[in-house]
Amino acid sequence: MADTILEMRSITKTFPGVKALENVNLDVRAGEIHAIVGENGAGKSTLMKVLSGVYPYGSYDGQIVYQGKECQFKSIRDSEHQGIVIIHQELALVPLLSIAENIYLGNEQTRAGIIDWEETRAGASQLLKKVGLSEDPDTLITNIGVGKQQLVEIAKALSKEVKLLILDEPTASLSEKDSDALLNLLIGFKQQGISSILISHKLNEISKVADRITVIRDGHTIETLNKNEISEDRIITSMVGRSLEDRYPPRQPAIGETVFEVKNWSVFHPQHRDRQVIKNLDLTIRKGEVVGIAGLMGSGRTEFAMSLFGKSYGQRISGEVFLHGKKIDTSTVQKAVSHGIAYATEDRKTYGLNLIDHIKHNTTIANLLGVSRWGVIDDLAELDAANDYRKKTNIRSSSVYQTTGNLSGGNQQKVVLSKWLFANPEVLILDEPTRGIDVGAKYEIYTIINQLAAQGKAILVISSEMPELLGITDRIYVVNEGRVVGEMPTAEASQEKIMRAIVRAEGKAS
Amino acid sequence: MSTETAPQTAAPVEAARNQPLSIWGALQSNIRDYGLLLVLILIMLFFQAVTDGVLFKPLNLTNIILQNSYIIVMALGMLLVIVAGHIDLSVGSVAGFIGALAAMLMVGWKFPPELAFLANPIIAGLICLVVGALIGGLQGYLIAYYRIPAFIVTLAGMLIFKGLSLAILAGKSVGPFPAEFQLLSAGFIPDFVGPITLVPASEGVQPLVLHGATIVIGIVGVLAMLALALRGRSRRIARGYENEPFALFVIKNVVISAIVLFFTYMLASYKGLPNVLVVMGLLIGLFVFLTKRLTFGRRIYAMGGNLKAAALSGIKTERLTFYIFAIMGALAALAGMIYAARLNSATPKAGQGLELDVIAAVFIGGASALGGVGQVAGAVIGAFIMGVMNNGMSIMGINIDLQQMIKGVVLLAAVFFDLYNKNKA
Repeated sequence: MADTILEMRSITKTFPGVKALENVNLDVRAGEIHAIVGENGAGKSTLMKVLSGVYPYGSYDGQIVYQGKECQFKSIRDSEHQGIVIIHQELALVPLLSIAENIYLGNEQTRAGIIDWEETRAGASQLLKKVGLSEDPDTLITNIGVGKQQLVEIAKALSKEVKLLILDEPTASLSEKDSDALLNLLIGFKQQGISSILISHKLNEISKVADRITVIRDGHTIETLNKNEISEDRIITSMVGRSLEDRYPPRQPAIGETVFEVKNWSVFHPQHRDRQVIKNLDLTIRKGEVVGIAGLMGSGRTEFAMSLFGKSYGQRISGEVFLHGKKIDTSTVQKAVSHGIAYATEDRKTYGLNLIDHIKHNTTIANLLGVSRWGVIDDLAELDAANDYRKKTNIRSSSVYQTTGNLSGGNQQKVVLSKWLFANPEVLILDEPTRGIDVGAKYEIYTIINQLAAQGKAILVISSEMPELLGITDRIYVVNEGRVVGEMPTAEASQEKIMRAIVRAEGKAS
Repeated sequence: MSTETAPQTAAPVEAARNQPLSIWGALQSNIRDYGLLLVLILIMLFFQAVTDGVLFKPLNLTNIILQNSYIIVMALGMLLVIVAGHIDLSVGSVAGFIGALAAMLMVGWKFPPELAFLANPIIAGLICLVVGALIGGLQGYLIAYYRIPAFIVTLAGMLIFKGLSLAILAGKSVGPFPAEFQLLSAGFIPDFVGPITLVPASEGVQPLVLHGATIVIGIVGVLAMLALALRGRSRRIARGYENEPFALFVIKNVVISAIVLFFTYMLASYKGLPNVLVVMGLLIGLFVFLTKRLTFGRRIYAMGGNLKAAALSGIKTERLTFYIFAIMGALAALAGMIYAARLNSATPKAGQGLELDVIAAVFIGGASALGGVGQVAGAVIGAFIMGVMNNGMSIMGINIDLQQMIKGVVLLAAVFFDLYNKNKA
């Protein structure tokens, strides 16, 4: 095997009160694709931030040996000078600048301090060719899709003469085709001697392209697997530290009559009047039932939920909503909430919480009427409510006066849940309720969902993780391109069956 | 509290409920809250020393209140605006415009007899408040429903109302106002108790006569405050939520009562409570209640903290923004009238630049330019910090140019230390 290009030795990184990494070791060989897997919060991103100098030398313990020399990166600039380039999950491109401008951002092609546009365009074209993107370098970033933006990011990395490319969940928001193109690109780089570190949750991709895999769990290196040892089950067991069966709490459904019904729901894109995002969608949820919506990214799942919840997305919305057989008006968030509908968003930081305020205020904000009379808040009743839900949802914090911005993802999600539980809904729509939180917190959230269902609430869970849907729901709708393309009881469902429904629909559509 | 929950989660709740904080720990958490007040007191003591005791003269304290009343009135509204994540640059011009409108209604325009009631100071005052609320509401409407940035809408408003004041005054000063209107700024509350003579006038001794009503109001006010504090504490104890040591509770309330009584005494030894201080006091109380206890206030903080999350929690963010600007407009109108009554005439340049003092007061008081953070008490203290510095430096005879620079540095320093503290915490 080739030489080692990077070695990270017993890296320990501590945040106030938390050990994010403890004695983590990682070695990457020249010209290999090295995957890092682990649950969210396991410490993968922290490790990469240590490597790239986001956390400067001195703020962690341990050694980084890169190309045979010990490195002490003080900033991301230092590591880039050495050819280590990190591409973050959230793309760092400026939407209203052109592809060429973005590629050379911070590294402008200049002559005597003045930007040389000829050189910029020519260079950009060449880099775009390398990554297989046939776009005019003058095109604005905002006008190309996410997949192509990802390629621009890589072109940008190449412009810095990258030797070690770090990709953090590069395919999370890409279609299968774009993902394949990207992965093939990485394989191509291998031949040119560029090593890649690939952080991904998609185990099938990893087993396709990775030469070796390092598994991280709870801030520790668990093991490094060679290509021939890689199997999904093996990885999962190593990642989770327990077998898959225990990831979902047992569930005894007690399902009653139909509570919630949506008929013929149609929504158009907020900017493009003629693009129909949701197409005549029908859906029912019964009392005590947990219903899942499966579908790929961009299938319209979130758009459906948000348009339903007070027309928070889209335009030209049509269709009918029934609660207990009676038609209800959900055209504003207030009306939807007053009818007992709650929607916990997929993006808790942007849409779910007031991060600068504490747990108490976040818990009661959707139901201030519940703790006030004639517009005057009863502070002690509010404190009771916040403490009550903090206990019910098992939020780990010093008190209800802890700022939500300082909580871990799992605890933030529990605050969002508390907020909506305090609003006492009959129908609870949970959009990606466990995104970005660790296995333990996931289990707790599944348990809460089970309890709510047992109390007779109707629950709709939207999730990208099929095993999750299979583990916690009673019935699954498969949605593709804004249409229901399949419906099945969870007992009869499987990942393949869901995928088949999607693929069949894709085939019909094209 | 049950014991069957997992111990690691139950423990902190218990701690928060029952375990008293150490006095030092509680003091530390209070220092952040009362730090600004401490700064104000230090600044006052500093100027008391360097002005050879002029600052704390009863006449001068009364003056400080009169000089800053309109700033404080507007700072209350500006606090809501800034907490909501907006800004209002028009308030100075709106105040000036309303002052001009008041002058024209009461003095300038000659109404036909059937409309003469419009010149009545009370009716004219009400008209001015309504016009102010309409102006604010219109700006708020554009900001809330058309999503034009507040900075732009109110910048335009600033120019428009600057021009309108000039136009309706035809470039001249208009005054004087009727005596009833002047009372708003120049008057003191009537002494319904009668003077209390401490030191009778005699040869060689300065007489010391206190304004009886002021003393009575001051004492009743302090007693009410103590009663509320005690009631709140006993309610919290009954529910198991109190963790402030009793000693600290006593010290805090004694200190605050002493400060209030001291100022009551000072004011009483001059002419008593100025009318405008009564108006201001009521407004401050109302706004503290609004921000701390009303759902309306809570929603403003939620909106300023995360607009999208607030909207998805069922808060009507557009309507809320509209109301906030309407309130701001009404307060700017009140401030404009106080200002005009104080000068006893409306001038075309009145109110110009006041918006900057108001905004500075709110930021010195710890509000965040990003929204979601800020307290009424902070804004009021911030306004007094600026006011006392103006007053003190003027007494010292410091040039206006230097005064401006010093105030600029103080604003910057206040925000700097606030951010520094937050980052450290």
